[in-house]
Amino acid sequence: MSSVLCPDISNSGFSFDNCARNAALEGKGFPVPKATKTGTTIAGIIYEDGVILGADTRATEDTTVSDKNCSKIHYLASNMYCCGAGTAADTEMTTNMIASQLELHRLFTNRTVPVCTANQLLKQYLFRYQGYIGAALVLGGVDNTGPHLFSIYPHGSTDKLPYTTMGSGSLAAMAVFESRWKPGLTEEEGKKLVRDAIAAGIFNDLGSGSNVDLCVIRKGTVEYLRTYEEANKKGKRQSSYRYPPGTTAILSTKTANIEVHDVSVQRIDTDLLMDTTS
Amino acid sequence: MASVANPSFPDYSTQAPTQHMFSPYADNGGSVVAIAGDDFVIIGADTRLSAGFSIYTREQNKLFRLSDNTVLGCAGCWCDTLTLTRILKARMQMYEQEHNKTMSTTAAAQMLSTMLYYKRFFPYYISNILVGLDNEGKGCVYSYDPIGHCERASYRAGGSAGALLQPLLDNQIGLKNMQNVTNKTVTLDRALAVVKDVFISAAERDIYTGDKIMIIIITKNGIKEDSFDLRKD
Amino acid sequence: MFSTYDTFSAPSFWQNGPSPGVIYNFPGSQTGNSHLFQHSQAPVTTATSIVAITFNKGVLIAGDMLGSYGSLARFRNCPRIMKVNDNVILGAGGDYADFQYVKDFIDQKVIDEQCLDDGFIMKPKSLYCWLTRIMYNRRSKFDPFWNNFVVGGLQDGEPFLGTIDKLGTSYEDKTICTGYGAYMATPLLRDAMDKNPNPTEQEARDLVNRCMEVLYYRDARSFPKYQLAVITADGVSIEGPLEVKQNWNLAHMIH
Repeated sequence: MSSVLCPDISNSGFSFDNCARNAALEGKGFPVPKATKTGTTIAGIIYEDGVILGADTRATEDTTVSDKNCSKIHYLASNMYCCGAGTAADTEMTTNMIASQLELHRLFTNRTVPVCTANQLLKQYLFRYQGYIGAALVLGGVDNTGPHLFSIYPHGSTDKLPYTTMGSGSLAAMAVFESRWKPGLTEEEGKKLVRDAIAAGIFNDLGSGSNVDLCVIRKGTVEYLRTYEEANKKGKRQSSYRYPPGTTAILSTKTANIEVHDVSVQRIDTDLLMDTTS
Repeated sequence: MASVANPSFPDYSTQAPTQHMFSPYADNGGSVVAIAGDDFVIIGADTRLSAGFSIYTREQNKLFRLSDNTVLGCAGCWCDTLTLTRILKARMQMYEQEHNKTMSTTAAAQMLSTMLYYKRFFPYYISNILVGLDNEGKGCVYSYDPIGHCERASYRAGGSAGALLQPLLDNQIGLKNMQNVTNKTVTLDRALAVVKDVFISAAERDIYTGDKIMIIIITKNGIKEDSFDLRKD
Repeated sequence: MFSTYDTFSAPSFWQNGPSPGVIYNFPGSQTGNSHLFQHSQAPVTTATSIVAITFNKGVLIAGDMLGSYGSLARFRNCPRIMKVNDNVILGAGGDYADFQYVKDFIDQKVIDEQCLDDGFIMKPKSLYCWLTRIMYNRRSKFDPFWNNFVVGGLQDGEPFLGTIDKLGTSYEDKTICTGYGAYMATPLLRDAMDKNPNPTEQEARDLVNRCMEVLYYRDARSFPKYQLAVITADGVSIEGPLEVKQNWNLAHMIH
């Protein structure tokens, strides 16, 4: 039974109800609302004992910065992380959903999920939507077969590479990798290289900016370095912009008295809280 | 092809050969801010020249000295700016040689308006702000739209972060939407601080504003130049 | 410029008749649509990036020698860095035919100047300024030269480096790259210049060679054969064809 007040729970997946209407509106020249695009620099490399992922932290809406410190390295599993470029909502939701599937898969198989599984899930999901889910991803992780790095494009094609970049700053970052990456980098060399690649994007690509985030994934351990480096400091203001009291106009005032009828204090014993452990 | 599944969706690419549509304009970004006081005027512009997502150069001066007490700040299509300022410079020189005196700020302001409207149907795509001292020695700011509408104001923000900064100036310099404010005139120190501060804010949120600002201060004692670093991302 | 009133152009053979260097539409022919002038055709044979950098004693400009015909690597010996005179070098990207057309005019300018024999030779800023005007005038006619030019040289002993695009947008900088180079070589050069603002010639050469290698890996319209022009107080040398050093060991690591 459904009503306006209590509609049925919708089917899983996307709703395409308005597609025909939107296409008609677009055909008549109505502008389509723009989604937040994370014009981005994301990158990943394989080093001697794992994977290092990196990302900038700027999110843009057209030519304005909508988030100065957003997080673009998403959790997929305890041994896998994924950098996202493209439409912010798509990268966030896609990685969230795949993370949940990977966790269920881990519980079902009772073993560390291989990175290629995540790659397969992501590409199959993205391919189904023919590029309409605008997520460009750099997937990195370490499993029983060693470190793996994939780049996944919005249409569902994937690459398995020792170093890769994505986003609007991908060319700047790739230039750094092409001139300096070599097999068997140490962790220090690797972090420096990824930092420099992301910094190249931050300073030379207007879609990328603010800080450098890194994520180092080794066999068994992960080091998530949120704000690894604050590449850009905000300028120091010359004068104060505090308003003295009374600056804001008072248009009208009204006083309402709150009458207290009854006061009672209830103490809740912490042991009696709902037990969620079992 | 996606069009087989649903013909109403536009496909990403078509079978037809791609046609290169030539656009004679480019948006090269940049912001200009000017504030006038009783006996001074101050104008600042960032030095980032960009197009799309690339920075062409981090050190492009966008302030043009038309005379010893008139300065023009330009943001927008850089090739138009180069052409316009070149013609302006020539016109200023012609005036000087014909009349044996330097053109006044007010006259330069009117001339700029005329020159912009002359290109009414193939406009210079520039956001211009012209500053100087008027005949009484007071600071003045003239702002223009691309086709020559001219308006005298006492403060103005233009260019890519213009819409972002103008309300801030309305409040801080125009003292709009505030009660119990007494100090109506802005001092040079305050104006200089505000110009620097608004550019700091613009660099935070506008991708086309950054790297550095050039500032020119005009008083009766002449022109002084200053610069100030902004973030470079 | 380049109109029939131009002093450089030859006069027409007779009134309303064909003139050299101009396509003539015969009266009554079906092919000519003279009232429907086809503006701003797309570039045809194109050249890709130019990489340029200033160093302590001069300027260095590099560009590969490929003339691409769409995605076809068609002409493999297209020099596109020219010596203008002992003071100026010029690199060009974009449409190769437009470059050759403009090159002829620059060559003529240089000859005219030599004929004056007044002891002056063109400085880089004057060519830079002239090219800016040429490009802007053509864009204003909606018939642009589809090029990016990079002018290098010594302006009164100081290194000069400037660029002009097809709109007439021009600017000077210590490092300039066009085409794909703007995305891939510029970040490398800017980073190097931040760390060492005044490199020696050898340091600049190493940098540019590295950029050409990176561009060859990633720019699908690039080529491993390139020219390198160096201008110092000692004069101009255009070296090449040079070969990009390549390393494809990586290929064995990808499965």
